[in-house]
Amino acid sequence: MDRDQGLTDSVAQTLREAPVRTPFSRRVSAHLHRRPRLRLWALLTAPMFWLVVVYLASLAALLVTAFWSTDSFTSEIVRDWNLDNYRLIYESSVYRTIIVRTLAVALGVTAVCTVVAIPFAYYMAKVAGPREQKILVVAALMPLWVSYLIKGFSWRILVGENGVLDNTIGATPGFGTAAVVLTLSYLWLPYMVLPVYAGFERLPDSLLDASGDLGAKPSRTFWSVVLPAIFPSVVAGSIFTFSLSMGDYITVDIVGGSTQMLGNVVFDNQVYDLPFAAAMATVTVAIMVVYLRLVRRTGALENI
Amino acid sequence: MWLPRPLTWALRCAVGLTLAFIYVPLLVVVLNAFNPDRVSTWPPSGFTLDWWREALTNQGALDATLVSVQVALCATALALALGTLASFALQRYAFFGRDAVSLLVILPIALPGIVTGLSLNAAFTAMLGLDLGFLTIVVAHATFCIVVVFNNVIARLRRLGETAEAASMDLGATRFTTFRLVTFPALRSALLAGGLLAFALSFDEIIVTTFTAGAGTETLPIWILNNLTRPNNAPVVNVVGTCLIVFSILPIYLSQKLSGTASGGRF
Repeated sequence: MDRDQGLTDSVAQTLREAPVRTPFSRRVSAHLHRRPRLRLWALLTAPMFWLVVVYLASLAALLVTAFWSTDSFTSEIVRDWNLDNYRLIYESSVYRTIIVRTLAVALGVTAVCTVVAIPFAYYMAKVAGPREQKILVVAALMPLWVSYLIKGFSWRILVGENGVLDNTIGATPGFGTAAVVLTLSYLWLPYMVLPVYAGFERLPDSLLDASGDLGAKPSRTFWSVVLPAIFPSVVAGSIFTFSLSMGDYITVDIVGGSTQMLGNVVFDNQVYDLPFAAAMATVTVAIMVVYLRLVRRTGALENI
Repeated sequence: MWLPRPLTWALRCAVGLTLAFIYVPLLVVVLNAFNPDRVSTWPPSGFTLDWWREALTNQGALDATLVSVQVALCATALALALGTLASFALQRYAFFGRDAVSLLVILPIALPGIVTGLSLNAAFTAMLGLDLGFLTIVVAHATFCIVVVFNNVIARLRRLGETAEAASMDLGATRFTTFRLVTFPALRSALLAGGLLAFALSFDEIIVTTFTAGAGTETLPIWILNNLTRPNNAPVVNVVGTCLIVFSILPIYLSQKLSGTASGGRF
């Protein structure tokens, strides 16, 4: 100990007498090294500035604007506080129908994605060989990198009059709510496939074997073992499919015909009645919050 | 799990149908790019390259592509800087409000696009009185791209641990030298994967963009949206779509190489 102390002293002595100054970067580095709080501030200031000043403030702006109104002659925003926008949404049957329709579409899309994703993901995780599995994962996720609009446009060609479906199988849903559900399911399918696939990967084969050994038929194993085990993954995927469908209005424009969803009302009002558009957008947020609370209630997200 | 043979075949059929569901629509776009009919009817009545000539000389599409590339580059650069800083702070330090910060990073992409879009629109126009244009698109895109860089970098940091950095500093390197020679090389592929995904998301974004672009600025998705319902321009949209489908092979390949997943870490 004494020797160490002596050594430290002598190093200190040398340093004090050293004619060369320590380089600036070394001094800054040493300064930072002793101050973790300062380092944290240096890291956090810029991203926090951006997220709070740009984003959180914008969300606040949205919330505030929803309680203002618009002068119907000049389209100027009038900054008097009232609940008129919400009263209109609540009292008008048109807007109530649109909200219910949007909810139904989002739930329908989630259901279609779930039904399509489960067998596909099961095959990928449990039946396919390693090579086939790799190819299938890439094949399922490849559309994520293809332009959203082109995918929407392709369904316009598919379901339209004299389109692919019409001229090959002789039947098409045509432009409307059914086409919207189909197209949105197509767009968000990878967001359901990947979590469900990961869920199947985590499910041990031995569990399935045990169920079979105990005499369960495949259908019983599916309902009693497989489904409960992957339910949290389905819920995780449903957050994507539900939220992405709630916030979409472009697909409705492309394949929806005259169908309107919540997003269309928000977009159509943004220029001439921003406060009303803002109120409608907060309805979307409210629905998402309720959905996330319900999801959390199921306890599904805790065991992912 | 042992499955009876018919069930295995049923499963195979389901997989085949799903793959058809995924790829037939894309194939239809590609085939229609060579369809001589101006109004896309099925089946194609012949084969033509006219639309490719028309697309290559379509000034609107070319200009829009250039705008999209510029927007995506600016947004990616901002997202790389902000996302990396945030991931270091959240991975390396425990502090009050850490959970709130991580929620705030995810929020712009977790909330429906119309909410993020309209919020920024309300802030830009009603609060700040700004004119919508190139700059407002970049700000909007950077905001929702931060999270993808953040996800990629924080996953890498978690795997790396801090021992190599500690060793470097014990050997006398300053924090800056350590970052340059130890941390950064280990992060490089995660940064590239995050940057790639941020670029792809920005390049393709339409919902938030329609709220923040204003009338004067046209990105490629806005150009496509404006033209796909015009019967006259549909063939050119098919050509642009075919290019975008073919080009998407590049990011999948890169993402597979860089982060080992075909999703690029967007989950």
